[in-house]
Amino acid sequence: MAEKYIARSSAIAARQLGDEMMVMSTADSTFFTLNEVASTIWQAADGCTPLSEIVAGKICQQFDVDWARAQDDAERFVDELSRHGILLLSDQPLTESPVPVSR
Amino acid sequence: MTTVATTTKAVSIEIGGMSIAVRTHDSSFRQLIEHRYAGFVGNSPSPHFEFDIDLYEPSESAPADDELEVKIEDGQWLLKRGDFRARWNPDLKHGQIRQSRSPYAIDCVLRIVHSLILARQGGFLVHAASAIRGGKAFLFSGVSGAGKTTISRLAPRGATLLTDEISYVRRDGNQYVACGTPFAGELARVGENQSAPLSVLFLLEKGLQNKIEPVGTAEAVRRLLRNVLFFADDPQLVELVFQAACEFVSVVPIRRLIFFPDERVWDIIA
Repeated sequence: MAEKYIARSSAIAARQLGDEMMVMSTADSTFFTLNEVASTIWQAADGCTPLSEIVAGKICQQFDVDWARAQDDAERFVDELSRHGILLLSDQPLTESPVPVSR
Repeated sequence: MTTVATTTKAVSIEIGGMSIAVRTHDSSFRQLIEHRYAGFVGNSPSPHFEFDIDLYEPSESAPADDELEVKIEDGQWLLKRGDFRARWNPDLKHGQIRQSRSPYAIDCVLRIVHSLILARQGGFLVHAASAIRGGKAFLFSGVSGAGKTTISRLAPRGATLLTDEISYVRRDGNQYVACGTPFAGELARVGENQSAPLSVLFLLEKGLQNKIEPVGTAEAVRRLLRNVLFFADDPQLVELVFQAACEFVSVVPIRRLIFFPDERVWDIIA
């Protein structure tokens, strides 16, 4: 299975308030609220860490979930965000610098 | 041959402490503006921004409900609708408007300009009624039909109505201030030119009883963004408005107000 690499798009505005991460596309104003798992993936999206490593190293360990299921959910999540231009998705490491997260 | 000198006299319209002077050769149009914005017309010798207005005849323009376009090019905002064309350079503090005699055109330009000014300062215009009671301001936000005009009509004596349609929210240090605007809704009544620190923003819902419920942070931001007046799909502007909404929600309490439309609702508001 080909690796996937993800990076936060620069065409977004993001802010963490309390436990909630909010992300908005500056292209079409679509608004997302990320739960804890999604927020962990979002913050780890540095463009050079494969998604499978993010899932294994951060999601499975922190949330005590089965890798296969977590990977499946993560792929659906990143596919949706990439459709809205929130995340960049590639089968090669991404060179665009990830957007820092505002707190 | 007699030379007739024409003079332009500016009308300074002050909303939220921000004065915008509009200048026109046409004395009857100037009187129309002075009448329409009565209560908000000031004498500021140094307005923050100035606009020159040129009028054209109705045959030159398309209907006002032609789609509005707002975009920025080379540091200049370009505003266009069937009944007006405007340019505004915020750094030079000057703009030009070419419009029909309709007051709705200048209304629209003022709303857009104020929303752009506020965005830079962390404030915004929002679809909300607002009123002052006991020295504090309360906002009642919602889309058309949510009850903004109803809650405004039910306001008791002693409450000062700032607007029943478009509220002006300005950041003032660590707090927010709600200011009156001349932008009227169905009440067809210009608001009072007053301001007060903002106490609560209520998200309106009509119901069979009066109650106030908490609202989660994400829902508060989402609902606020849905009601903020937003005219241009400019990425920088979207970022500014988004951050302004997040900051606002972290400072001002947001509550859901479910209300039955009679005056007793004000007993639980303030």
